[in-house]
Amino acid sequence: METETIERHDTEPVAGPEVVLEVKDLKTQFFTRQGIVPAVDGVSFKLHRGEVLGIVGESGCGKSVTSLSILRLIPPRSGSVVGGTVHYGGRDLLKISDAEMRHIRGNDISMIFQEPMTALNPVMTVGEQIIEPLMLHQDMSRQEARNRAIEMLKLVHIPVPEKRVDSYPHELSGGMRQRAMIAMAVSCNPKVLIADEPTTALDVTIQAQILELMQELREVLGTAVIMITHDLGVIAEMAQRVVVMYAGRKVEEASVEELFETPRHPYTRGLLRAIPKLDLDAPDDHRARLETIPGTVPALYDLPPGCAFAPRCQEATEICHGRQPELETKHNHHIAACWNAPPVDVA
Amino acid sequence: MNKVDASVPAGQTDKATPVLAVKALRKHFPLQSGLLSRSQQVVHAVNDVSFHVDHGETLGLVGESGCGKSTVGRTILKLINPTAGSIQIDGTEIADLSRREMRPYRRRMQIIFQDPYSSLNPRMTAGDMVGEPLTVHGIASGQEKEDRIAALFQKVGLRSDQIRRFPHEFSGGQRQRIGIARALALDPKLIIADEPVSALDVSIQAQVINLLMDLQEEFGLSYLFIAHDLSVVEHISHRVAVMYLGHIVELAERRALFRTPQHPYTEALLSAVPVADPKRKRADRIILKGDVPSPVSLPSGCPFHTRCPVAVAACKSEVPALREVRPNHWAACHLR
Repeated sequence: METETIERHDTEPVAGPEVVLEVKDLKTQFFTRQGIVPAVDGVSFKLHRGEVLGIVGESGCGKSVTSLSILRLIPPRSGSVVGGTVHYGGRDLLKISDAEMRHIRGNDISMIFQEPMTALNPVMTVGEQIIEPLMLHQDMSRQEARNRAIEMLKLVHIPVPEKRVDSYPHELSGGMRQRAMIAMAVSCNPKVLIADEPTTALDVTIQAQILELMQELREVLGTAVIMITHDLGVIAEMAQRVVVMYAGRKVEEASVEELFETPRHPYTRGLLRAIPKLDLDAPDDHRARLETIPGTVPALYDLPPGCAFAPRCQEATEICHGRQPELETKHNHHIAACWNAPPVDVA
Repeated sequence: MNKVDASVPAGQTDKATPVLAVKALRKHFPLQSGLLSRSQQVVHAVNDVSFHVDHGETLGLVGESGCGKSTVGRTILKLINPTAGSIQIDGTEIADLSRREMRPYRRRMQIIFQDPYSSLNPRMTAGDMVGEPLTVHGIASGQEKEDRIAALFQKVGLRSDQIRRFPHEFSGGQRQRIGIARALALDPKLIIADEPVSALDVSIQAQVINLLMDLQEEFGLSYLFIAHDLSVVEHISHRVAVMYLGHIVELAERRALFRTPQHPYTEALLSAVPVADPKRKRADRIILKGDVPSPVSLPSGCPFHTRCPVAVAACKSEVPALREVRPNHWAACHLR
């Protein structure tokens, strides 16, 4: 296992780390009773080696659909990827054969889901679920794979791994199950790990354990991580770069520091203001009203003609209601899709 | 909105008497065991829990899943019967009341549930659901009822043209507003809010928290606010109680609890919350080892000693009592 230490805060990967995965103008549609729904509409981002890229947004913004599209896991009857490219290892994952894609999944790119109980197979032991992909992808013998599985369980700090390897998912606690799923996801030493709300179903003290484990693994294995979450706290602690999504589109992308300090899109600003903060320095009898974003997220089958956020935006002007803003390209390190976005401080 | 006439026996509104006082509340659930099995196993969901909620006050009840916080809420409403202990509403004991005897008290306390999707009847209109308690308790009917429903809709920020709509036509935040309107219909004094914003998106969560705080101000409501999200609890509560394995381990005024936590579990819990500020990464995070023990076989001594970073020998043998370690600041820890 190669060891690589990556500074958590080298946020500006200008000519530095290589790009492992590049998503360009991804478009995914779902077929619903209300018609064709643009769940992901022209999303682009780059993932660099060893980096954690956060994708944040509220329910229905398309963050999970983006990850499922990358892995080609959109159920064919309900929707499909209709445009864009996903470049990985010199190939467009959207163009390769199903057999080639199967080899990529779990081996080069793997995924951790929110609910380990539904993602794990309940009638297979934890060990068996790690052994299977190892035999399939890495051509290991059963004994080798079993040893590797025990090693992986140890790596994710599951106590008595030689015994736990034969446990069924229901015999483990929620936190342990999530550890087992992570062990499974990283067992083939993937280049890219997609974590879709990996700690949302867990209690805070267990969440802290899992986040610490993910940091540790990233440092040890050098895996690049796409961290999908609605929790801005998790983003602030884990990610180096952040993509903010709203109604199927990327509305802002920046380094984590810039995003929290000088958010350029009104939606990002609204989100940051709406979270109650554990603010211990606030005045004593402070039970202030929270700032809110008025209204609700629009239905994807009924998007407004201009900027999807315009109906809820305090700063919307005439053009916002008429034309969709393009993502600007001049400030590469901090981009926003807003007609009225303030300029980037060129410091 | 008109206040509902409180034609309830023993309707004291003495401000000195707390709206709710719970003493040594205990709830043990027997585990389903084999037909011929003699030794009955028991889930110790709530163990000797005591606290009170004052008029117009919000008491936050926090803890992780399985700590017994929701069971406390449901036991107070007598949706489940307590195993032992006392529950007083405005100074009147209700723990032993029968269902019929409970009826007048039900008007004084209402509940808001976490999941706005499963807590509403999909076949009833929003207006019917909000009006149902008025009919059940014989408070209003006909035009009067319609007017009150319209007033309640307005209070919680729903439009009157939404009265005839069904739950599926509302978003999550709007459904939670329907739940709040229904809870308010009987003009209660105490609302038990069980994770009322956990299922909502951040931007909607803020709207509902503000609404709850506005309503408290307007109607002088008291809240028992049950949640796992510490920042939400910190925001809305006046005082906060922390539960672990069915015990209250710390209870204090909100500021004191968050600034100077006295119990090691509270400290760990606060330290575990991810902070939405990339500049404030904490190197000194306390990460608890292991999982919460099973409430079926509680650890001897302090329930937290198996995971406590500072436990000493006494913690394994003696259960620490909840003591006032500082003025109005209670903690159950041998080391304080």
